[in-house]
Amino acid sequence: MAKELWKGNEAIAEAAIRAGCRCYFGYPITPQSEIPEYMSLHMPKVGGIFLQSESEVAAINMVYGASGAGARVMTSSSSPGISLKQEGISYICSAELPAVIVNVMRGGPGLGTIQPSQGDYFQATRGGGHGDYRVIVFAPANIQEVVDLMQDSFELADKYRMPVMMIMDGMIGQMMEPVEWKKPPVNPEDLPAKPWATTGTKGIHEPKAIHSLFIDPNESNDHNMRLDAKYQRIMADEQRYETSETEDAELIFVAFGTPARLARAAARLLEEEGIKAGVFRPITIWPYPYDALYQAAAQDSVKAVVTVEMNTGQMIDDVRIAVRGCKPVSFVGQAGGRVPTPQEVVAAAKSALGR
Amino acid sequence: MAIVYQKSKGLTDVELHYCPGCTHGIVHKLVAETLEELDVLGNTIGVAPVGCSVFAYKYFNCDMHEAAHGRAPAVATGIKRVLPEHIVFTYQGDGDLAAIGTAEIVHAAMRGEKFTTIFINNAIYGMTGGQMAPTTLVGQRATTAPLGRDREHYGSPIRMSEMLATIDGAAYIERVTVTTPANIIKAKRAIKKAFQLQIAGKGFTMIEVLSTCPTNWGLTPVEALEWLNNNMVPAFPLGVFRDITAEEAK
Ligand SMILES: Cc1ncc(C[n+]2csc(CCOP(=O)(O)OP(=O)(O)O)c2C)c(N)n1
Ligand code: SF4
Repeated sequence: MAKELWKGNEAIAEAAIRAGCRCYFGYPITPQSEIPEYMSLHMPKVGGIFLQSESEVAAINMVYGASGAGARVMTSSSSPGISLKQEGISYICSAELPAVIVNVMRGGPGLGTIQPSQGDYFQATRGGGHGDYRVIVFAPANIQEVVDLMQDSFELADKYRMPVMMIMDGMIGQMMEPVEWKKPPVNPEDLPAKPWATTGTKGIHEPKAIHSLFIDPNESNDHNMRLDAKYQRIMADEQRYETSETEDAELIFVAFGTPARLARAAARLLEEEGIKAGVFRPITIWPYPYDALYQAAAQDSVKAVVTVEMNTGQMIDDVRIAVRGCKPVSFVGQAGGRVPTPQEVVAAAKSALGR
Repeated sequence: MAIVYQKSKGLTDVELHYCPGCTHGIVHKLVAETLEELDVLGNTIGVAPVGCSVFAYKYFNCDMHEAAHGRAPAVATGIKRVLPEHIVFTYQGDGDLAAIGTAEIVHAAMRGEKFTTIFINNAIYGMTGGQMAPTTLVGQRATTAPLGRDREHYGSPIRMSEMLATIDGAAYIERVTVTTPANIIKAKRAIKKAFQLQIAGKGFTMIEVLSTCPTNWGLTPVEALEWLNNNMVPAFPLGVFRDITAEEAK
């Protein structure tokens, strides 16, 4: 199929509709407002629901209600709005409902800046809300990957009955790139039934209740252990990553999203200077591909591991967990809306190698 | 033998946990009877709040969805938009609806969301132990207003029915109480009307019920009914604040 030029945010919205999403709730915030704008125009055309809510708090709770009622539903926002959604995400995780949540990240903390950032890594991967929960987090690095992962996101959300988050820096939302629509659109009518949804007893079955209250400590403990068993299964089965030139590399860059592209550019510059550098790119940042990264870093050829991030160093914690001290790990990045240059990344790599 | 009274099919057999003399139970019964009489139990999704009625999801004999504190109107919006032919209601206390969830209820009314809200105003936070609510009366004691609510410090109680009645999307708003058999009959009539208007697709409907909390008011059940009549009714006048069917009839 031919490639089309798409703006990131609009591609996200279109990909969701093609993935069978028929329900969107959200609140405007830069740099993701094209998502609700696109949805407002195109959802009605497919008989779907678009609603601009009074806040991100309301939006995520509308998602909670719609998901409980059986809809394939999503919301999107940018960093400050994702902070407001955390309460709802915690409830949705506990009640075990599927939903897709997109975060087109901007610089923080506080009101920060509307420029691209990756400052919400901790929030996304550590559970930004209260309680023991996880969400699957995809971190695509280009618009084609956003589009390719959207259907997977909805499918995994249904499979594990939990939110799947897609996080990307604002650059991916705002830029235009060629996109190929590889998968056929999903007809929501063809999706598997959701026997747990509250759609009325019809006088046939016992009343169902969607809830997250487990007041008895034993029940609460059992509930948490059951959720954890699910998270352990996901950690075993759903890790995704991509490597480029990591075999026999002298240096390994670790980066997700846009910085992975910068790291590849830096690797090419280093190659010109005779230094072999590879890039390890987690595609799921939870579950994190710890073992695969360890394998890459533990190669005899590798002298240093450098993480490249658009923040002050968040994923580096996971990189250290993965590398287990077998190689030195260092960080290069820019925070709060600035994007590191390949030259800065090259300089950090050389310094890590002592050159 | 003729059956003269039996429990509504709208309630499950789970034992209610409400304190003796608490009127939450009466309101549950009225909602349950209404759903049964309208023959919509199989087609209804109720949204339980956080507050003393948090376990409402175990009590109503229909599908239920428990929301976070104050978010019931947003959850109900999500449900009703996905299932427009279903009956959806929220059941919320005054902390839930008039403090933490004020934005959600106002905007649900503004959008004319076609669900029914049962708003239990007991002028206190029952579940968490008698703290001040936005509806606590001036001078009324609460565990966070030990000397009584001070108007200078906390302002005076918010009247949600009057406020929401200014919103075009609201179809029916009435304040009732359940302190006497006559009031209970009136309350039932109001609740039924709200659900009927929801079924007719008229817009947002809310019935505010002045309700007792003998436990946190520090009164016996009978004293609590008297206190409600003598103190709450003057501050929160009973009556219909918005009825678009009356306006349409004009
Ligand atoms: C976000 C959040 N804040 C606070 C609480 C604690 N909390 C539970 S119920 C409640 C107040 C309940 O009062 P009300 O809504 O008036 O209902 P009632 O118990 O009187 O029926 C509070 C503050 C909570 N559960 N969640
Ligand atoms: S604390 Fe008050 S509102 Fe709650 S059940 Fe007891 S009497 Fe009713």
